[in-house]
Amino acid sequence: MLLTLSAILTDGLVYAAYLFIVAIGLTLIFGVMKILNVTHGSFYAFGAYGAATAVGIYANSDLPAALGFLFMIALAMAIGMIMGLVIERGLLRLVYGRDEVVVVLVTYAAFLILEDVIVLIWGPGSYAAYQPMVAAGNTELGELVLSNYDIVLVAIAAALAGIAYWALKFTRYGRLLTTVIFDRETAAAFGINVTLVYTATFVIGAMLGALGGAVMAPKISVTLGIGVEVIVLAFAVVAIGGMGSIEGALIGALVVGLCRAAAVHLVPQLELFVIYGVMALVLVVRPYGLFVRAQPRKI
Amino acid sequence: MSNYTRILFALAAVTVASVAGLSAQAQQPAASAAPVKLGIVSFLTGPAASPFGIPGRNGAEIVIEAFNAGKAPAPFNQVGFGGAKIEAKYVDEAGTVANVVTEFRNLVQRDQVDAVVGYVSSGSCLAVTPVAEELKALTVFYDCGTPRIFEEKPRTYVFRVSPHATMDSVGAARYLLAKKKNLTSFSGINQNYAWGQDSWRDFLGAMKVLAPKAEPDKVLFPKLFVGEYGAEVSTLLTSKAQALHTSFYDGDLEAFVYQEQARGLDKRMTIIMTTGEAAIWRLRDKMPEGTIIGGRGANGPLARDTEIKKWFEKIYTDRYNVPPTYPAYQMAQSLLGLKIAYEKAAKDGKPNADTIAAAFKGIEFEGPAGHVKMALGDGHQGITETAYGTYRFNKQKQLPEIVDIIRYPAECVNPPPGVEADKWIADGMKGAKCN
Repeated sequence: MLLTLSAILTDGLVYAAYLFIVAIGLTLIFGVMKILNVTHGSFYAFGAYGAATAVGIYANSDLPAALGFLFMIALAMAIGMIMGLVIERGLLRLVYGRDEVVVVLVTYAAFLILEDVIVLIWGPGSYAAYQPMVAAGNTELGELVLSNYDIVLVAIAAALAGIAYWALKFTRYGRLLTTVIFDRETAAAFGINVTLVYTATFVIGAMLGALGGAVMAPKISVTLGIGVEVIVLAFAVVAIGGMGSIEGALIGALVVGLCRAAAVHLVPQLELFVIYGVMALVLVVRPYGLFVRAQPRKI
Repeated sequence: MSNYTRILFALAAVTVASVAGLSAQAQQPAASAAPVKLGIVSFLTGPAASPFGIPGRNGAEIVIEAFNAGKAPAPFNQVGFGGAKIEAKYVDEAGTVANVVTEFRNLVQRDQVDAVVGYVSSGSCLAVTPVAEELKALTVFYDCGTPRIFEEKPRTYVFRVSPHATMDSVGAARYLLAKKKNLTSFSGINQNYAWGQDSWRDFLGAMKVLAPKAEPDKVLFPKLFVGEYGAEVSTLLTSKAQALHTSFYDGDLEAFVYQEQARGLDKRMTIIMTTGEAAIWRLRDKMPEGTIIGGRGANGPLARDTEIKKWFEKIYTDRYNVPPTYPAYQMAQSLLGLKIAYEKAAKDGKPNADTIAAAFKGIEFEGPAGHVKMALGDGHQGITETAYGTYRFNKQKQLPEIVDIIRYPAECVNPPPGVEADKWIADGMKGAKCN
């Protein structure tokens, strides 16, 4: 029983780390810009493909594994930055102020186009990027064997949560962001360059999406369609925690991760149901998610 | 529920439904006076493109080129089909089932193809079958595995040269027990949809018949394309099973292998991969040594070293720089079967769907994957022998190898004519001829 409990805890934490890393960019963009960004799945996919390309380059060089890992992340985030900039400046800028459904549909269209762009750049085949995970090795805890790469994933998620908290609470940009989140018009009236804040936020969100793809690439086969699964999962996590809330995304990821791990170990038939069951339950009790208060409508 | 949450739900549904959009490609070989038009349908985009769709499409392209050049080995060396050049139109199978049916109708009614060869997904095959019968359109399925196509009712215009999926699970159980005679416990991890569920059901049924004392332990059905298997690997690490059955393929199979290897699961139990053959050229030394490998028949390295197998392997490898995997073999076998039926029908005048279908029933021929006998479904469903083997990576040659191969005759791993596959297994696989 103790073995099962510790397995649930470790597996839950690893899955939560994965969920948080893929959801944080989505919730950040929604919090600031009120955009449900379906293109987030493309950022994830491009990050994964970029990471696989980087791994292919470093695997043929004499670079140490740690440097290769950093190169993989750097390349993926650079791709995310460029994509974020192009999509925000080239596309979303044109539809700001339109109905929220229109904006969502625009990001959905961009997502579909970018799926084909992947085929144009990388072709229809799959890519492997397992080298960092193999290099990381494993740790034995009694009968349980943990991948060290999974431990690194948990550390990355914790670091991201810490950095996000610090940046929002204790930096000038964070305070500006909080002001824009609270009320865009008032923030603009006080002289805050809201356009710049929007662009910066979208680019950071895109880089975080690409980071999610990069760190997951060594664990998965990088193949067409990987962004689809991520969008659905990230939406579920963000809906549980509250759209736009970073602490909500963290708690949502932990809840889903632990519940799913418990289901796989104890009632595997419920593995598929549990994620959306938890989401439905939370939304019944708190329709805006765990960390978002219902707000009065402005007239 | 907020507006955003409602949008979220709608988007999630739409996104899942459309995955990667639908596209089509057309290839126009040299024109001839009265070409035979074929619709070739396979996944050209989406997650199933890389493991199944593209090898299937490539298999079609290379074989049709050889037919048109009259360069296929005898008895397939007549140009095209009966002297008429073949024009192939390649269509993407990706999208919803409704899209697949619409594209099928387009091929038959708008493009006026003489036959459609294709389909990977069992869902596509089940949806297309009644439409093919309604339109009286000659259709040859090449990869989908569901036995239901010819068990539900007799068909006139639909054929499948490749054996159905029951053979894969029965063969896997026989091989596992041949190698592990004292097996007491086994687990399974299969995708949570028709393919995974059916594969496990047949494997479990066969194990109950062949090794009634062996007990199933952990039975896992993770979501299709979920990608993250940490909890599943932990569950299996805590299992006492000596073997693990999986029908995973492509991205799911590779992700599972990377993640289980990082935690040493394959050191604790033997893994049986019923579709592993399609992954060995990609995984190479990452495929665990000692894994039991199947290839949905005697395909690829599991095929006998016949002249026609060597021919097909050579033309495919020369063109695509990688050996053909089982979907390519299945496509080649399907086209060879259609060619025989067409040319048989052509002996009595210009063939049409009715005469080709009549000629197709019950034919036998030698293909790259061995002897094909259209024995089930009143002559519409093929059976072949199957083979399983054990994986090892040859470090000297830097090549994957499957060794210790055991072959099972077609009548050993397929139900007899007129018997439904699941009932055959449940009744103890009566009539199986294994010697």
